[in-house]
Amino acid sequence: MSTNSSSGFLSKANLGPKAIAILIALFLILFLAIPVAKVFIVAFQDPNTGSLTLINFVDFFNTSLFRESFWNSFYVASVSVVLASFIALPLAYFTSRFNFGGTVIIQTLGIVPLIMPPFVGAVAMQLLFGSNGSVNLLLDDYFGFTIPFMEGLNGVIFVQSIHYFPFILINLSAALANIDRSMEESALSLGSNGMRLFRRIVFPLSMPGYVAGASIVFIKVFDDLGTPLLLNVNNMLAPQAYLRISSVGISDPMGYVISVILVIFSLFAMWVAFLAMRGKDYASTQKGGGGLMKRDMKPAEKLGAYALVLFVLAIVLSPHIALALLSFGTIWSYSVLPDAYTLAHYAEVFSSAGDFIKNTLLYAGMAATIDVVIGTAIAYIVWRTKIKGRKILDYLAMSALAVPGVVLGIGYLRTFYQFDVPFSNLPLANFWLIIVIALAIRRLPYAMRACVAALQQVSISLEEASESLGAKKMSTVKRITIPLMTGGILAGFVTSFATAAVELSTTIMLVSSEADAPIAYGIYVFMQSAAGRGPGAALGILAVVIVALGTYVSNRIIQKANQKNAMAPDQQ
Amino acid sequence: MTQNKSTAGISIQNLGLSFGTTEVLKGVNLEIKPGEFFSFLGPSGSGKSTLLRAISGFGPDPTGSIKIGGEEVTGLPAWQRNVGMVFQSYALWPHMTIRKNVAFGLEERKVAATEIDGRVDDALDLVGLKHLADRTPGQLSGGQQQRIALARTVVVEPKVLLLDEPLSNLDANLRVQMRRDILALQRELGLTTIFVTHDQEEANTISDRMAVLDKGIIQQIGTPVELYDQPQNRFVASFLGTANIIKGSIKDAFFITDNGLKIPVESNLTEKVYLVVRPQSVTLSETEVVDSKHSHILEGKVEYSEFLGETVRYSVHCKGHDILADESHRRGNKILANGQNVWVVITKDQILLLDQ
Repeated sequence: MSTNSSSGFLSKANLGPKAIAILIALFLILFLAIPVAKVFIVAFQDPNTGSLTLINFVDFFNTSLFRESFWNSFYVASVSVVLASFIALPLAYFTSRFNFGGTVIIQTLGIVPLIMPPFVGAVAMQLLFGSNGSVNLLLDDYFGFTIPFMEGLNGVIFVQSIHYFPFILINLSAALANIDRSMEESALSLGSNGMRLFRRIVFPLSMPGYVAGASIVFIKVFDDLGTPLLLNVNNMLAPQAYLRISSVGISDPMGYVISVILVIFSLFAMWVAFLAMRGKDYASTQKGGGGLMKRDMKPAEKLGAYALVLFVLAIVLSPHIALALLSFGTIWSYSVLPDAYTLAHYAEVFSSAGDFIKNTLLYAGMAATIDVVIGTAIAYIVWRTKIKGRKILDYLAMSALAVPGVVLGIGYLRTFYQFDVPFSNLPLANFWLIIVIALAIRRLPYAMRACVAALQQVSISLEEASESLGAKKMSTVKRITIPLMTGGILAGFVTSFATAAVELSTTIMLVSSEADAPIAYGIYVFMQSAAGRGPGAALGILAVVIVALGTYVSNRIIQKANQKNAMAPDQQ
Repeated sequence: MTQNKSTAGISIQNLGLSFGTTEVLKGVNLEIKPGEFFSFLGPSGSGKSTLLRAISGFGPDPTGSIKIGGEEVTGLPAWQRNVGMVFQSYALWPHMTIRKNVAFGLEERKVAATEIDGRVDDALDLVGLKHLADRTPGQLSGGQQQRIALARTVVVEPKVLLLDEPLSNLDANLRVQMRRDILALQRELGLTTIFVTHDQEEANTISDRMAVLDKGIIQQIGTPVELYDQPQNRFVASFLGTANIIKGSIKDAFFITDNGLKIPVESNLTEKVYLVVRPQSVTLSETEVVDSKHSHILEGKVEYSEFLGETVRYSVHCKGHDILADESHRRGNKILANGQNVWVVITKDQILLLDQ
C-alpha cells in the first residue's frame, strides 16, 4: 500500500473517508459527548448562580435518602456479583474440567438469561418467589417457614444475579479454555497436582477472565433502572435519578449528581477490569494444544453435577416460566399456580398494544442500522486508513459503555429540551427519533466491535489484490471489503436490534407520549397496575420472542460466516 | 550445577496407545542408554510426540511397559515420575516471574527456601539468563523463553530430559545456535535426553542415536549415519534426504523394471524390490562411458535442472525412469541444457536394494 499518497492531507483517496470521519465525529460529539458533558456541568453548577461548585454533592450526601440509596446500590451490586459468582463458578468448572454431557445445557444457560432483561420478569418473579408467591406458599405448607427471596433489596439482588451471572460464566469459561494445556502439564511434570496445581496455576491464570465478568455484572446491576423500579425498590441510585427528574423536573441538580456518581462507578469498575487484564493477555502469548485436561466423571459425580446443573437451570428459567404463567393466567394471587388459563391477555395486547410492537421494530431496526453503518465506517477508518486522530473515533464510540442509560436519558432531556423539531413546537427531546439515536448510541460499542472483528478477518491482501487489478479504494470497499464483512455486520445488526428492542433505562426517560413508546416502556406501564400484569406479561413474552429470534439468527449468521471463513485457505 | 548422578536409561517394551479407536502407537520397543542424546524423528502424525508424552505421563494410558532407570512408570501420575519435560510452547506461566517459574518445581518438592535460591541462580546461570530473573515471561524473546523453560526443567534434577520440538518456534539462525547450546548443556549434565523433531537436520546434528517413526511404528533405530546409509525400508530411505527409489524385481542377478531398465546386481533378495541410490552417488557424463567393474552406465536425456547453489540437481530420463543426479557446483561450471544426451554413471557400491 502506498502510505505516502494515503497519508497526504490533500490526497484524493482520503477525502471520502475523511469527510465520513468528520461526520461521525460530529454525530458522536452531538449525541454522546455534549449530553454527558451537560450532565457533568449541571452537577457541578450552583443551581442559582451558575458558578462552579461542589454544593450539589454536599447536599447529596447530607440527604439521608440519597446516602441510603448510594449504599443500597453499592450493596446490591456487590452482593449480586457474589451471588452470580456462586452460580457461575461450579458451572464453569464442570465445563472446563470434565467430559460432561451437561456442557450443552450449561452453554444454553449462558444465553437464556441474556435473552430477557431482568426488569421484564421482575414482577412475575414476585409471584413465584415473593412472600405470598408459589415457592413460599409451598415451603410454608410443608415445612412451616418462608424465605424472603424478594423482600426489598433481596428481590433486586436475586433477579439481577440470575440474569447477569452468564457474564461471569462466559468470561471465566473463555479464560479457562484459553489456558494452554502445557501450562498445566508442565506443573504436573514438575511435581504439582490437585489443589496446589489449581491454586498456583489454574486459578491465577483464569483470574483476569473472572474479574472482567464480575465487573460487567457490577456495572449492569449498579446502573439498572428497570428492575428496582418494577420491584418498587426506589431507594437506589438509578431510580432516584429517574424519580427526581420525572417528578421534580429537569432543573433539579440531584439527578445530575447521581448521574455523575453512576458514571464514576462505571469507570471505576471498568478500570478494575482493565487492571486485572493488563499485561495478562495470557491467551496470545503462548500457542499450543488448547484447554485444560478434561477427565470423565465417576457415576456419583455425574449425578451430583447433573442435579446441580438442573437446579440452576430451573432457577435461571424461573423468570421465563413465571412470565409465561402470568401471561396465560387469569388470576394469580395467594396461590401456587394461576386459577385458570386464558388467551385474553394476548388478545388484548394484539388489539391495543400494536403501536408498542410497531415502534419497537421501527426504533430497534433504525438504531441497529445506524450502528452497523457507523460501526463499519469506524472500523474501516481505524484499521484501513492513516487518517490522523482516527483512534479518537474508536475511543469516543467505546466510551458509550461507561454511560448508563439513565445518564444518557437525562443528558438528552437537558440538552435537547431547548431545541424544537424543525417546523413544529415539539421539543427535540420529545421527538421519537431522539429515542432511536439514544438506542443507537448505547448499542454502538457492541455493534462496532462486531464490525471490527469482521474487518480484521478480511486479509489486507484481498483488498490489495483488488487494487492492483485496478479497483479504486471506494470500489474495493464496495466490492471486496463489505461483502466479506457481511456476516459480522449482520451479526452486529442483530445484536444491536435485539438488545435495543428491550432497552428501558434511556427509553423511559425519553418517551413523551404512549403512542411513541416501544415495547419495554409498554411492559413497564402495564406492570404498574395489578390488572395490567397479565397483558404486561404477554407483552414481555412477545419481547422475549423477538429477542430470542434475533439471538438465534445472529448465532446462525456467525456460525455460517465462520464456516465460510474456515473453507477459505489460510490467508494470513 | 553438577554432573547429574541420577540420570537413567529408558526401556520401552511393546508399547501401544490409542485415542479412542485410533491406534497411534503400535508395538514400540526401545532401549535408550543412560546419558544418551536420543531423537524421535518423523512426520507430523507419526506418533513421536505421543510417545514422548506417554513417557512423561500425559495422554491416554498406554499398554505395555515403560521403565525409567529400571523402575516401571506406567500408571504413575506425571508428578511422581521425576521426568523433565520441555514443551513446544515453553509453557512458562505468565503470572509468575522467571525466578518463580524456575523455583516452582523445587517448591513442589519442599526444598528448603535457602537452598532454592541458590539452585535457581545456578540454573539461570547455566542458561546464561540470571539477569532476567525478575522479568515476566511476556517480556522475554522466544529464545530466552526457551532457555528459561530448560532451566526450569533441569533445576529439579530430573532422571531424564524430554524435549518436545523445542526449536520449532524459533527463527532459523537462533535454531542452529540453540541446538548447539542444548547439546552442550546435555553433555555437561550427562542427562539422558529425548528430543522430538520433524526436522532431520536437527536430529542428525544433535543425536547420538535416533528412531524414525511413521504411522505409530518405529521404522528404524540407529545413529544418524546408519540411518542415512543403511535405511531398512522405503520410508526411511525417502524420509531422510533425497533418494532415487525405483520399483522393480530381481531376476537372474538382474534388477529389472516394467519399463525395461536392466541393471546387473548382486543380491540375495528375491522377487520384488526397491533400488535405492542417492542423487549425489549418481554422476553424469557428456561423453560416452562404458560399464566397468565398479559402475553401471545408462544412457539418458536431461529433463530439467535445478541450480541449488552448492549443487546442481538434474533429472535425467532413462528408459522410462526419471533419475535425479546431483553434481557439485564450482564457479564457472556450465549447466547442462535440457534435452541433452548424457551418460548416467551409478557406482555399484552405492546401490542399495530393499525388499518391498
